[in-house]
Amino acid sequence: MVIDVANLEFCWQPKAPMVLSIDALQVSPGERLFIKGPSGSGKSTLLSLLSGVTTASAGTVRVMDRALEQLSSVQRDHFRADHIGFIFQMFNLIPYLSVVDNVMLPCRFSARRRAKALSRGNGLKAEARRLLQHLDMDHPDLHQRAITTLSVGQQQRVAAARALMGSPELLIADEPTSSLDADRRESFIRLLFNECHESGATLIFVSHDASLQHLFDRPINLTEINRLTQDKVEI
Amino acid sequence: MAIFSMAWQSLLNRRFTALLTIISIALSVALLIGVERLRTEARESFANTLSGTDLIVGARSGPVPLLLYTVFRIGDATNNISWKSYQDIAALLKVAWSVPISLGDSHRGFRVLGTTPGYFEHYRYAHNRQLEITKGQPFSDLYDAVLGAEVADKLGYKISDSIIVAHGASDVSFARHENKPFRVSGILARTGTPVDRTVHVSLEAIEAIHVDWQSGAPIPGVSVSAEQARTMDLTPKAITAALVGLKSKVATFQVQRFINDYPEEPLSAILPGVALSQLWNLIGIAENALLIVSAFVVLVGLFGMLTALLTSLNERRREMAILRSVGARPGHVFALIMGEAGFLTLLGVLLGMALLYLLLLAGQPIIESRFGIFIELGALSPYEWILLSTIVGAGFLVGSIPSYRAYRLSLADGLSVRV
Repeated sequence: MVIDVANLEFCWQPKAPMVLSIDALQVSPGERLFIKGPSGSGKSTLLSLLSGVTTASAGTVRVMDRALEQLSSVQRDHFRADHIGFIFQMFNLIPYLSVVDNVMLPCRFSARRRAKALSRGNGLKAEARRLLQHLDMDHPDLHQRAITTLSVGQQQRVAAARALMGSPELLIADEPTSSLDADRRESFIRLLFNECHESGATLIFVSHDASLQHLFDRPINLTEINRLTQDKVEI
Repeated sequence: MAIFSMAWQSLLNRRFTALLTIISIALSVALLIGVERLRTEARESFANTLSGTDLIVGARSGPVPLLLYTVFRIGDATNNISWKSYQDIAALLKVAWSVPISLGDSHRGFRVLGTTPGYFEHYRYAHNRQLEITKGQPFSDLYDAVLGAEVADKLGYKISDSIIVAHGASDVSFARHENKPFRVSGILARTGTPVDRTVHVSLEAIEAIHVDWQSGAPIPGVSVSAEQARTMDLTPKAITAALVGLKSKVATFQVQRFINDYPEEPLSAILPGVALSQLWNLIGIAENALLIVSAFVVLVGLFGMLTALLTSLNERRREMAILRSVGARPGHVFALIMGEAGFLTLLGVLLGMALLYLLLLAGQPIIESRFGIFIELGALSPYEWILLSTIVGAGFLVGSIPSYRAYRLSLADGLSVRV
């Protein structure tokens, strides 16, 4: 299992009310999982827990067979750097770095992903360009442009290339298409699928847009698996 | 290392505000080091108002008053030295040269100093520099006068102009030596010392203008004309003080003791260097105040950087979250902001020093001719190095405030990106 969540409970402070309670959630390697999560369903909390920014108040969150709550915060930061690629909703890029520098960013913080990227044999820059090319960002002009002059769609594809850089095992995409036009959403997802398939990465795709879920191996409704919101659904 | 190259790129991206911050630090650094430089050079130049003279001899008094009236022409002597005592001292085996000085008269607010031609040869200032006559020549005639640069400038005198010396120090003195006018024979180069504000005449001339005077007033009914005075014996009966040079510095204290114990008259001999530094301690408070004010200006410059970094943090929270998502630890975020503060401070200091040297290079001739302070364009002194490293240290200390705040923010925000 890439992800194995068991008896998870989470609250922000010891005395505060619980915000997330999940009995079980399992994701197998190479799977493309769609998590449908409207706001208030505990979506950001789940992603924080999966990426090791926060840890469970009770229960376990195992990512690639490592129980995250047993790691120190520095170890979790290392773990995230080594194994997880992120794509956010928008504004994914560091404005003062070039397109290629943005894509190479994970290699600055993870020796493992740096080594993996280099193992392709052409150097980091070449690997970054290769990924950009796969994501239809192969025009050399685009690589030199300032981040702020790129369109939202182009920015998201650069973000995807960055998330894939150094072939992390897990890709977490948090509403990556919500700022794209409807007809561009599917093509972006197809590109993402291709790359995940090639590198063997597992994809967790979070969105409130149910119209996309038919593209995925398996859809999950967070409102249903979170015991704290289950009742509301039934009523 | 990677994080510092990011810090650099981040600064380049905000180069306008970064440049403003750097300039404000640079200006404050240039001010501080400039003040320190000037103050060192001013002290040096003050200490060198009189150099090459081993002892100043005058009537018995403290070192500072003696220095004040002989060198700075401030105040008056309480008593004179008899010509005989001076002769005794001048004849001492260990004395290489001596220059008598006679004060008491003035010309339109500037002191008149009676001396011998030896004065122009032996008076030294600022690292052994000799007095230089830019126009004319030293006195050859009895009624010749050599003017300091400022006297000539302020009063607009040229060679061969005629001047009248007044009795006493007052500008409005009613007692003028009107029957014995002087002729300007030479004008000295500017020195930045009290010499600039002095009218020099020969010792005999001082005697000549006083032959028909007694107790500070003309003797009623007696009038000796300028020409008549030339024929008289003009050996002075007393002088105000004397500058003494010794054959060997080793003998300084021995000669000083001889003069202080001189049996026939109460005399004092002082070491000019020691007295000058005593006097500087008195007036040096102002320079310290100046240095403290400049230090505060540097602090203000650094606080400018603090404000710039702190205000940028809120709009950079998304950047921090992105960095966290690609694996940056909160420590990296701390290092990023710290790196920016470090670059700003270092560049500010470098630019400040470049600015200062440029200003000194341009201002050196002006400062030297206006104030007689020669500013060397040498390397940094150890004290200046200490000041600069303190500024850099303070820069890092100030930078740690926004860095720590960014660290806390990135811990709290995690990956959640709020716009």
